[in-house]
Formats: sequence, structure tokens, C-alpha cells
Amino acid sequence: MQMKEYKPLIVAFCCNWCSYAGADLAGNNRLNYPADVKIIRVPCSCRVNPMFILRAFQRGADGVILCGCHPGDCHYTSGNYYTRRRMAMLFSMLDYLGIERERTRVEWVSAAEGAKFAATMNDFVAQVTALGENKRLEDLRCKR
Amino acid sequence: MQRIGVFVCWCGSNIAGTVDVKAVAEALKAEPGVVYSTDYQYMCSQAGQNLIIDAVKEHNLTGLVICSCSPRMHEATFRKTAAAAGLNPYMVEIANIREQCSWVHKEMPVGTEKAIILGKAAVAKVNLNTPLTPGESPVTKRALVIGGGIAGIQTALDIADAGFPVDIVETKPTIGGKMAQLDKTFPTLDCAACILTPKMVDVAQHEKIRIFSYSEVTDVKGFVGNFDVTIKKKARFVDETKCTGCGDCVDKCPMKKNPNEFNMGMDNRSAIYIPFAQAVPKVATIDAGACTMLKKGKCGLCSKVCGAGAIDYTQKDEFIEEKYGAIVVATGFNPISMDKFDEYAYNQSKDVITSLEFERLTNAAGPTQGKLLRPSDGKHPHKIVFVQCVGSRCAACAEKGKEYCSKICCMYTAKHAMLTRDKYPDTEVYVFYIDVRTPGKNFDEFYRRAVEEYGVNYIKGMVGKIVPEGDVLKVQASDLISNKQLHIDADLVVLAAAIEPDKSARPLATMLTASMDTNDFFTEAHPKLRPVESPTAGVFLSGACQGPKDIPETVSQAGAAASKVIGLLCKDKLTGNPCIASANEMMCNGCSSCERVCPYGAITYSDKEFRMPDRTTQIRRVASVNPAVCQGCGACTVACPSGAMDLRGFANNQIMAEVDAICK
Repeated sequence: MQMKEYKPLIVAFCCNWCSYAGADLAGNNRLNYPADVKIIRVPCSCRVNPMFILRAFQRGADGVILCGCHPGDCHYTSGNYYTRRRMAMLFSMLDYLGIERERTRVEWVSAAEGAKFAATMNDFVAQVTALGENKRLEDLRCKR
Repeated sequence: MQRIGVFVCWCGSNIAGTVDVKAVAEALKAEPGVVYSTDYQYMCSQAGQNLIIDAVKEHNLTGLVICSCSPRMHEATFRKTAAAAGLNPYMVEIANIREQCSWVHKEMPVGTEKAIILGKAAVAKVNLNTPLTPGESPVTKRALVIGGGIAGIQTALDIADAGFPVDIVETKPTIGGKMAQLDKTFPTLDCAACILTPKMVDVAQHEKIRIFSYSEVTDVKGFVGNFDVTIKKKARFVDETKCTGCGDCVDKCPMKKNPNEFNMGMDNRSAIYIPFAQAVPKVATIDAGACTMLKKGKCGLCSKVCGAGAIDYTQKDEFIEEKYGAIVVATGFNPISMDKFDEYAYNQSKDVITSLEFERLTNAAGPTQGKLLRPSDGKHPHKIVFVQCVGSRCAACAEKGKEYCSKICCMYTAKHAMLTRDKYPDTEVYVFYIDVRTPGKNFDEFYRRAVEEYGVNYIKGMVGKIVPEGDVLKVQASDLISNKQLHIDADLVVLAAAIEPDKSARPLATMLTASMDTNDFFTEAHPKLRPVESPTAGVFLSGACQGPKDIPETVSQAGAAASKVIGLLCKDKLTGNPCIASANEMMCNGCSSCERVCPYGAITYSDKEFRMPDRTTQIRRVASVNPAVCQGCGACTVACPSGAMDLRGFANNQIMAEVDAICK
């Protein structure tokens, strides 16, 4: 039996003002990145509750990436600073739980950086693919 | 339970080329809540919108999922469609299957699979949507224009002519900007002062315009329609209301050896100065760093000669707070520093100058009264070399210059070359260029005239090195067309320096939370369709702060920005964004975590009475959100430890549902 090629499941949270627009720009410029990345739009990276990320891992996500405006450029002035601190805490906790640091990432992508968005996603997907499946937090009770 | 309609757009072949739209519509039919699902070629067209409206009526839909392009493109369109169909506009969710799916994936099965998942996430979200109503906020009917160059002047005049009060804030002692420094303007060769100074006078005399010269914006709070701005009026040590601009103080001032910024440092001015004869406001300013009275308490001559008694050595910086409905950024540009371009010997020889310096050198009000004389020895130059693209289109040397084209250099260099040949036919003029770019009305004709009528030597190629030797400049260059190395002994070299946004733009953008590109130019809300609006509501862009521009373009953009401002100030009330935070008072434990993280100060705490189930009354401290101030970032929702704070439109359960749908 031939093994099916492993495709990771990646959830990307993108802030509406910079990164989501950056992702749109990547589209406008037809810059390819793997379809494994599914984007969820949030108003600001600081809207992302650590619960959302835990939930994603619980439901079987292999990697979660959070994209926001560059420090100093937040549409809401300081949201991405909160993100930076909160995620530093969360990721170290996830690390403690055995979820590798490489499965989580915070990246700053501006609305002008379509190329950076695509490159980041290519890189992140490759990184998560190399790690393989993540089952550590998966809760089978969540599966129907 | 919602009754959801799914509408999958083909976007011609943009989506349908990589996504099997019929399969997507079919797959989403099975999702919970979905009662109707279809696809159509152009959902945003009138026919497509009618299809949605009819479906809402026919199937009694309560929520819509549109699988189409980015919500940044057409969310507003489809919300209007929903409203036209009698639905709450916030019962619409967009699944972005174009920019984030069909355009970035090549294979049909992959694209289709992802589109279905994105559609499922949107359906899951709509199932939890609630109707939202936007709040209203008043509009302060006053505009602020930051920058008093031609962009700011034109914007201010246009807004003021429509009847709204305008304040101009300019960091220099006078308005006028770069255009006031120019000699003649391409392609008509009318003199800059002749067309600009009447406009400056119009500004000064306009009853609706106030000028804050020698001032800067230090703080901006608030939001569209309701900005609270702090303006610092720097101490100029002269009472503006008393000074008549007679200039007696300027004549008497003993400290005469200060580089004159207006003439690009090519001559000197006194410590108390009026930048140029037609300055507006025509008021003297004391340069605190040069004045001996202010530094050492000795002198006081200007005060003695001032008949109006306007000199005030004790003047302090003054802070003015004002409310505005709209803010226009018109901070303009500067030529880049030539310090890093050692090969052109700018810092070694006085006879290597920038184009703006050349502009002053040929200006009748400049340091040489318009005679073209070498800065080093005052002799008339007979051989002039113009070098274009110094620091522009400099992809390989990004640490020195700029990657972009500065746009105006080709034309002003043609102008300089032509004017030189016109005034001094005995002068040999060489122009070195990468490309000559002359798009614009009558621009190419102008350049051709420089070559054909005035005999300017245009040479395709770059200058490699300039070495000052004796009183000549040895110019080594390559001629790419005849494939030769050239050696020219020039008397004067003029560098067409790249232009960059003014240094004040970056901190200003931070204050305004307006976004910038990697070159520090302000970004527009849409590069084609909303070119004069910043993505930040209520902030507008005028002139070269948005990108390199010549005068006609700047003036038309200034007018466009003004019309957008007028459109905003005409309204009595603005409908706000309903996607804001709200606290569930029953769950709030009064901890103040949300209040501390809110960047807008939108959250306040107050004691409220609650009836408990056992019919007792309890007083508890709970949070409440000011809907006019909240911008909906959601920082508080994450900070809240009790889960009382939630964001409408991006609620916890909605995002969780999206996560679940994607990870299924």
C-alpha cells in the first residue's frame, strides 16, 4: 500500500489591516503557497485568544501561525505588542506540553508584503511538514 | 436556527479557472443551516446581486455566505445587497476563495478542496452571527492639513472654499514648501513663485484658514470625525500678531553667518530671519541656536530696532489643543543626502551640487540673483554635466539609495539643461541618463525640444566617478550606445538626487496609526480606486507623502483629497463600526484587566445594582464600553479572565466555530 503524501493542517490567523491584506496581495501577484494554509480573519492579532490556538491543536491542527502588523504599525496602535507578549507565554507553555516551537509562529507581515506572506507560508508549511503529524493535544472526543 | 444561502462566485475565470465552483456549491449544501446554494458568473454584478435578493425572498434566508473575492474588496457591496433584501447587513460572511485560494493555488482539486473548507468556516460563522446596528458619532466640522507646501495649500484652499474651517500646520517659519524654492516649472516654464505666491496670499487672507507656522503636530487621539490633536507652536521669539515683517531686525542682526536653509545653505542668513521676501506669514523668526541674546543674554539689537515691539525673548513653546473631523497629510519630500555617494565627490567639491541647489542658483531671488555662477569661485561654468538617477532606481545599492524611480528628475533635468542653454548658449551641457522617462502631457515634446532645439547632449550611460582636479571636475562616464568610455572636464556637476518622504512622516504615521510602505511613503486605501485616502478612516493623503509626484499631479491629488474631506465634513453624523466590544455584566468581575489594555480608553467601570435570584439587591463594579470610542481591536476580549468581554462580529464562539470547521 502506498502511503498518501503527508499534508499538514495549518491555521493562520491574520489581522485585517496588514497581514490579511498582505495575503490578498500575495493573491493579486499570484504568489503560490501550499493550500494547507487556511486563513482566519481577525480584526487585530491581539484578538487571537490563546484558547483559539489550543482549540486548533486539540482539533488536530499541525501548525498555527499568527500574522500581524509590524511592531509600531498596528492599526490599533499597540495590539501587536500584546500579541507578542501573550504568544511568547503561550508558546513556551505549548513547548512544555511537548508541542514543538516550530509548530507555532508569530510573523509580522504588512499590507505591502505579499511576497513576504507567501515566503513565510512556504517556509512554515515546509517546517511543519518536516515535523510530521501532531497528535499530542488532539482530543478524540472532539472528532465526530 | 439560521436559514443560510450560499452563493459561489466564478469571478469569470478568476475563481472558476482553479476552483470547481459547482462542486463547492454542492458540497456546502450539506452544511448545517444551509437551505440554498448556488453559483453565478459575477456575483458582484447587478444581476448577481439581484439573484441574491431574490433567493433571500424566495427561501426566507436569514444569513448569507458569499464565496468570492476578498472581503476587503466586496464585503461592503454584499452587505448593501443584504440590506436591500431586507436582511441585517452583518448577517453576511465572505469566504475569500479568490485572493487566498484560486489565485495562489494552481491545481483544481486542491483549490476546490480548500474553497469548500473556507466556505464551511464561513457557514459555521454565519450560524452564530447576530444582527448588528452601527452606532452614530458626531462630526467636528474642521479639517487639519499637516504640511504647508503646494499640496497642503491647495487642499486647504479647496476645503475652505467649500465653507469648512481649515488649519494648516507647517514646521518651517513659512508655508510654500519645496515649490517656493523652485525657479521655473516644467513643461510650461512659468516661474514657480509667480504661480505659487498668489496662492500663499489667498491662504493668508482666507477667513476660514488658520496657519500654524513653525509648529508641529505632537499628539493625535480620537477617530474619524472626532480627532483631538495637540499642536506645538515652537517659540519663534517674535510676537506674530505684532510683527509687520518690515525686516529692520534682519538688517541689524549682527549674527549673519548662519547657513540659509531656503537657499540650500549656499549663502548665509542672520539669526533673526524671514525665509524669503514673499513668506507667509511674513513674520521674523529667531534661530535660537544662533542668537547670542538667547544663548548668552548679550545683544538685544533686534528688540531695540523693532518699531512694533514684537520681539519677545521669553517666549515659550505653546501647546494648542484642537478638535478636527478630518486630517490631511501633506508632509512632502526631501532630496536624499549625498553623503554616501563618494564617487560623485559631492562632499569634496563645492561645484558638485544637487538639482535643488541648482534651482536656487538659477533663481532670481537666489544667492547669485539668478546668475549661473560656480559656488567655488563665482566664475561662469562653460561645461556642465547633469547626472540623473543619483540614488533612484538603485536596486543594487539599496543601502545608499532608493529602489524606486523618483519620477520628477527626468523632467527637471531637461528643464535645467534647456534653461542653461537658453540663457548661456556658450555652455556645453551633458546629461547622463539610464532612461529618459517623460510620460505626461507635453512632457516628451519638452524633452525633445531640449535635445533638438537647444542641443543638449543626452548620453545614455552612468557616470562612474568624478574627481576634482584643480578647478575642473574630471568626469568619467560610459556611453552605452557607442560603447565608449568618456572623460569630460566639467566646470559644474549637477546631481539629480532621489527624493524621499520627509523625516517627519514616520512619527506622524505612528501617531495617526496610518500605514506606510517600506520606503516610508504613506499607503493609500486602494492603489487605484482610493488613492487619496489612507486605510485609517478620516486620514487623507495629498502630494508627495504618498509617492513621488510633480506639481500638476500634486495639485490634482490635493483637490481630490479636499473633495473627500468635504464629503466627510458635510455629514452631520457618522455611522460607526458595529463590530465593537461589549461586556456581559453578569459575568464581569470588575477586575479592570480590559480597561488597562484598551488603547483608546473606551472602557470605564461603574457600580451597578443587580437583582439577584433570591430577590436581594447587590451592587457590583462592572465594565462598560463606550461604543463611539471603541475601535474593535479585541485586545480586551483576550485580557478578560472571566470571559465577560466579547467582540461583536468576531465573537469567541464564532472564531472557535471557524477553527473547528477548518480542523474537521
